[in-house]
Amino acid sequence: MRHGKLTPPVLRRYGFILAFLILPVALYIVFFVSPNLQAVQLAFTNSRGISPTFDYVGFENFTKLFEDGVFWAAVRHHGVILLAMPLIALFIALFFSFLLNLGGGQSNGRMTGVWGSPFYKVVFFFPQVLAVAIVGVLFQAVLRPDKDGILNSALGLVGIDPIGWLIDPNLALWTIIGVAVWQAVGFYVVLFSAGMASVPKEIFEAAALDGAGRFTLFFRVTIPLIWNTVQVGWVYLCIAAFDCFALVQVLSVDRGGPDNSTTVLPLEIWRQAFTYYKFGYSSAMGVALVFMVLTFAALTLRVTRRERIEF
Amino acid sequence: MATQTVPLKTARAGARRRPPARGGGPGVFGGLAHAALFIWTILTIAPIVYTFLSSFKTNAELFGGKSLALPENFHWDAWGRAWEKSHIGQYMLNTVIVVALSTFFTMMLGSMAAYVLARYRFPGNRLIYVLFVAGLSIPPFLALSSLYKVVDNLGLLGTHTGVVLVYVAYSLPFTVFFLAAFFKALPDTVAEAAVMDGASHTRTFFQIMMPMARPGLISITIFNVIGQWNQYLLPIVLLPGDKQDKWLITQGIANISTSAGYEADWAALFAALSMAIIPIMIVYVIFQRQIQSGLTAGVGK
Repeated sequence: MRHGKLTPPVLRRYGFILAFLILPVALYIVFFVSPNLQAVQLAFTNSRGISPTFDYVGFENFTKLFEDGVFWAAVRHHGVILLAMPLIALFIALFFSFLLNLGGGQSNGRMTGVWGSPFYKVVFFFPQVLAVAIVGVLFQAVLRPDKDGILNSALGLVGIDPIGWLIDPNLALWTIIGVAVWQAVGFYVVLFSAGMASVPKEIFEAAALDGAGRFTLFFRVTIPLIWNTVQVGWVYLCIAAFDCFALVQVLSVDRGGPDNSTTVLPLEIWRQAFTYYKFGYSSAMGVALVFMVLTFAALTLRVTRRERIEF
Repeated sequence: MATQTVPLKTARAGARRRPPARGGGPGVFGGLAHAALFIWTILTIAPIVYTFLSSFKTNAELFGGKSLALPENFHWDAWGRAWEKSHIGQYMLNTVIVVALSTFFTMMLGSMAAYVLARYRFPGNRLIYVLFVAGLSIPPFLALSSLYKVVDNLGLLGTHTGVVLVYVAYSLPFTVFFLAAFFKALPDTVAEAAVMDGASHTRTFFQIMMPMARPGLISITIFNVIGQWNQYLLPIVLLPGDKQDKWLITQGIANISTSAGYEADWAALFAALSMAIIPIMIVYVIFQRQIQSGLTAGVGK
């Protein structure tokens, strides 16, 4: 195939390429690329609602943003979620996937999971397929602050007074992190189980044969062997920590309350846009969020670069 | 040497007696392991079972200080009220239509683009691929206002067409990224043989490459179905409050929870919630293996 010579096969080939690309690319540009570019443009305007007239205001939205207490509260909450949620979820998931895949000890010289493993995997994974909005409504009932909320009535059986899970400003964010962990764990149990299944069983058996106890087997053999999968899971949970929109919007009191103690950036972006119609200001927040996510991603790539164990 | 042989011997002896005698003994460990797993099972199931049972209760039973008790008798009337007032059926139907169409077009357009980008060299290939993949790192929140404007300008605000088109566009980065890797890994020989036999490019794609890529296509289809079914942000932006008959299941459920607070019909709320959960549960139990591998494939790669 020479360049410049448009023989019928070459024409057909380019026609085919064009025909296959035109629709997906057009759709993607109209509904994804262009809105994102326009958002960056809007961030420097005082645009309000769908009104077509607006003025460029330079960095005014950003200076306002840096003086906005709610914005900083949201950033702080992302920090807390980012530190706590992935760690808790990953630890629980690693522990369970260890039990379900290797915790049964040896039978006939082979490592097995504890009895009933397939059942547990099916049950634990289920919250993952529920929509976050549904999980939010579900937990509104579970976490009701009065003595009839299901968690409080269960705690009442052992003599604990009702706890204001979602109405105590010091507790509400942790409650939401707890619900996020509740939903996430099963997914990572399955992910890590797949990771453990891809490691040759002989390695675990050899370790056990060499006298490794269960703690050694867990911390010094299993976790290093599936470290790659753990990292992937960690990055994925961190990305989720920058979202949390649906959970906070549906579950928290007053959408981000009480008193902004649970609010997150996506929620504020949505609120500024569709409650106050401050499209310009909302887009500036969006730019700040993207900046944070990309900075985080770049840092992660630097830190987590590590030799993977070949087997 | 000597230090190595000793534990080896004991371990072998232990292995013969089945349970290795370490880590506090298998009995204790096994017991604790089962206790931990059992507690998590309860934590997972209890909220769902509670919701289901609560749909049969009266408000007196729900708030009488014995909310853990079983309902005294099973009234189904809350289910009737929920079905009539909450429009769950309508929302469910809307969601099925939207998700079916958008997943279909996502997979169709996504695999077409991915195939061409993965297997044909032409000027601009790299640019288009990078444009798609870059979309993976942009959170959907950046473009909320401008997306609203774009969809409104096209006259598609509050229509299912608008939602479907936006879902497809937002699902393309991941779909193209994953499927391009998949098409690239397919052997060249089969495609070459097809071209030798005079098959057109289009025919090679639909009759040879698509069937070969089936495992990947199934995983990504499941991934997209669940992702789009659970989407909450885009519906509440694109289907505003005055278009309630167009709403999707997630925004419907979220709205019921606010209105149940005003009307104090809690049993109906639980009934509506159960109606939203049960179909998903049935689908999950039937396809749990495919769903698990489909969703984790998205992250594992």
